[in-house]
Amino acid sequence: MSDREFLISEILTAKAPDHGQAALKRLAEIRRERIKRPVIYVGTGSCGIVAGADKTLQATRNYLSEKNIDAETVEVGCIGLCSAEPLLDVQLPGKSRISFRNIDESLVEPVLDDIFNGIVPQDYVLGQFFNPLHQAYQGVDDIGQLPFFKHQHRIVLANCGKIDPQNIADYIARGGYQTYLKCLSNYTAEKVCDIIDESGLRGRGGGGYPTGRKWKTAHNTVSDQKYLVCNAAESDPGAFMDRAVIEGDPHALLEGIAIAAYAIGATKTYIYIMADYQQAIRHLRTAIAQMKEYGLLGYNIFKSGIDLQINVVVSPGAFVCGEETALINSIQGKRAMPMPKPPHPAVEGLFRKPTVINNVETLSNVTYILKNGPQAFNSIGTATSKGTKVFAVTGKSAVTGLIEVEMGTTLKNLVFKIAGGIKDEKQFKALQIGGPSGSCVPEQQLSLPVDYESLWEAGAIMGSGGIVVMDENTCMVDMVKFFMDFLQQESCGKCIPCREGTRRIHEILENITRRPPSETGHEVLERFKGIMQLEGLSEVIRDTSLCGLGQTAPNPLVSAMKWFRDEFEEHIFDRRCKAGVCKELRVFYIEVDKCTGCVACLRKCPTNAIVGQPRQPHFIIEDKCIGCGICYDVCKFVAITIK
Amino acid sequence: MPIDIDVICSRYKKGSREALLPLLQEIQEEAGYLSEEAVVAVGRYVGLPSSKVYGISTFYDHFRFMPKGRYHLQVCGGTTCHIEGAVSLLREIEKLLKIRDGQVTRDGMFSLQVVNCMGACSKAPIIAINGEFHTVLSAGDLALLFDVIRKRA
Ligand SMILES: Cc1cc2nc3c(=O)[nH]c(=O)nc-3n(C[C@H](O)[C@H](O)[C@H](O)COP(=O)(O)O)c2cc1C
Repeated sequence: MSDREFLISEILTAKAPDHGQAALKRLAEIRRERIKRPVIYVGTGSCGIVAGADKTLQATRNYLSEKNIDAETVEVGCIGLCSAEPLLDVQLPGKSRISFRNIDESLVEPVLDDIFNGIVPQDYVLGQFFNPLHQAYQGVDDIGQLPFFKHQHRIVLANCGKIDPQNIADYIARGGYQTYLKCLSNYTAEKVCDIIDESGLRGRGGGGYPTGRKWKTAHNTVSDQKYLVCNAAESDPGAFMDRAVIEGDPHALLEGIAIAAYAIGATKTYIYIMADYQQAIRHLRTAIAQMKEYGLLGYNIFKSGIDLQINVVVSPGAFVCGEETALINSIQGKRAMPMPKPPHPAVEGLFRKPTVINNVETLSNVTYILKNGPQAFNSIGTATSKGTKVFAVTGKSAVTGLIEVEMGTTLKNLVFKIAGGIKDEKQFKALQIGGPSGSCVPEQQLSLPVDYESLWEAGAIMGSGGIVVMDENTCMVDMVKFFMDFLQQESCGKCIPCREGTRRIHEILENITRRPPSETGHEVLERFKGIMQLEGLSEVIRDTSLCGLGQTAPNPLVSAMKWFRDEFEEHIFDRRCKAGVCKELRVFYIEVDKCTGCVACLRKCPTNAIVGQPRQPHFIIEDKCIGCGICYDVCKFVAITIK
Repeated sequence: MPIDIDVICSRYKKGSREALLPLLQEIQEEAGYLSEEAVVAVGRYVGLPSSKVYGISTFYDHFRFMPKGRYHLQVCGGTTCHIEGAVSLLREIEKLLKIRDGQVTRDGMFSLQVVNCMGACSKAPIIAINGEFHTVLSAGDLALLFDVIRKRA
């Protein structure tokens, strides 16, 4: 009996939930817990590929064929520890699965040589996965006890990096799709909506709207056709939670989609995903084809009378495409421009039919809730925010990657306990939470818990879960300028406050990070007028824009001005950028005792701001210097310093 | 490479607005860019004026209206890459290749594109050349890399 026949007849359609010994044994084999030959897992998620995982994989295959070793190689998704990529795990029969970090192609041979000969190459060990069926390695840490994993609570990412994402059998053998079939046979659609409502699940796409309530609205709206759309646009730079889930465990999302579609009465569903996410799109398509093979898609699924269709829509991309009404327009072949609400999509959305739009992470929680009951979910978290949240932590933290924590965990624990603090022993300055239209959080505020309301009261937003950590070398004015540049480019242009306002803010910021061509009269006045109006302008944009993009666009500016006002003032009044990031504001000095008078800088200076005689220390005329930094680059004696 | 736009069109339902974006995407996939003829032909097939098709396609970031260079450079402009110094990397590339975002070198060798985020933030700043990633590059490495590519071609 093939795996497929076995899983369909004995697992998916089995009436009793407990299986016989033989079936359990077979499931363990499919899950690769009982193996006859060694298995080597390589983390080939997109972040792994960038780090060179494809070469590691190739080197592994070459190694196995050269040495004539009969072993299986499995490509797995990202376990979330991006800074340790490429990851290579080895599981020998009877032994536990042991994980090695930063294995580039040159390290494959020595590491595999050692481990196949019973030696643990300690330098590269990350840890091992404990399993009662396996014999553990002596003196190797349990991976779950590493500081990075220990304080996490994984629901959405539970299987990422462990499971074979391109094999539905692996997913079913871990209990997959049984919850969906249980819903079809045991629960009415209302009941499913009720359970989700009771669990307290809220949208993870940024808004935090209660998912159960959204589903009920759509469920109660009478229509001949309803739609479910999974929002996998994830267009905010620096966020990659949704991509990791789709790449690492696509079936978890698909099962959530199937359940959601049943609950609201939709037979047609769409997954709207960025064209950049090539691997995620491939995995999704493979996974959908496998669902069809197993009879989990199509008409009359497992004789339940329920139909389901899942379409992948590839987005030609822009930040605003993630906004739900813009997304609807985009699927219909129009410009991705938001529309005024109400009517809310749950009442009138795609093709003017009731449409529920949910984020990838929201939908990936659904199966867990229905499998373990709403209490299992709403007992985790805070009073108003239940469950967990996945964050993509990047920037200057020691460890970067995906972190899933219980709601209510403080930002401090997130950054310092889990992500290991700041790298290179630098000083923490701030973190940006919620993407380009999120807010910055300074050190004084790090005790904030991750919880929709607490963050909101503190003037920050949860957003979709991107956290960028910044250290003392980051200039806040430059950061805000970067976000404003992004937002003014991404503004769709439909409403004036957003289109013009973000552009004006960007212009004003450009002006204060640049040396003015002249310091007289009218121009200085204009510049100051802009600065005076920054706050008022922010308010107008926030209050009068059509969609979330404009309404949140001033966030980075407002929060940075609140917490780092001195830095703005320094840029405006003293023309100084302490972090040395704003190029044109840099002031260069020549250290007299180091300068040998080689005239290299003097010759290169484009504005003749450097004076001096050969073999005598030179001097920079500050008024003439434009801060281009050419002298700094050409000086061989490190005599030029930035102030 | 000449492509047959009519053949690609025939895979989609005629007159369906929904088919517009997938159709344009497929043409771009095959041809590398959207030519004037493609925009006109798609407009006719979908039943929209070409001005409208052009308007919609310029709205989205992914469509391009010029052929790519033989080596297509993508520089990540995401937040993390920005704080890790993507701007100076980009300036360096612009200086070395003498092109800017969206342009192609005269010899058709390199084209340059700044993209939103490639999602490999832990390796920032990163660039991709024809889809192959390169991480943490100094100015000197870049010059060398371009030289190697030029010689190989
Ligand atoms: C400018 C903008 C960009 C957005 N981008 C995304 C996105 O990339 N992914 C996402 O899931 N939601 C995004 N949203 C939120 C969606 O509009 C919507 O609220 C969400 O998909 C609803 O799903 P949820 O209830 O599961 O959170 C964005 C909103 C705005 C205003």
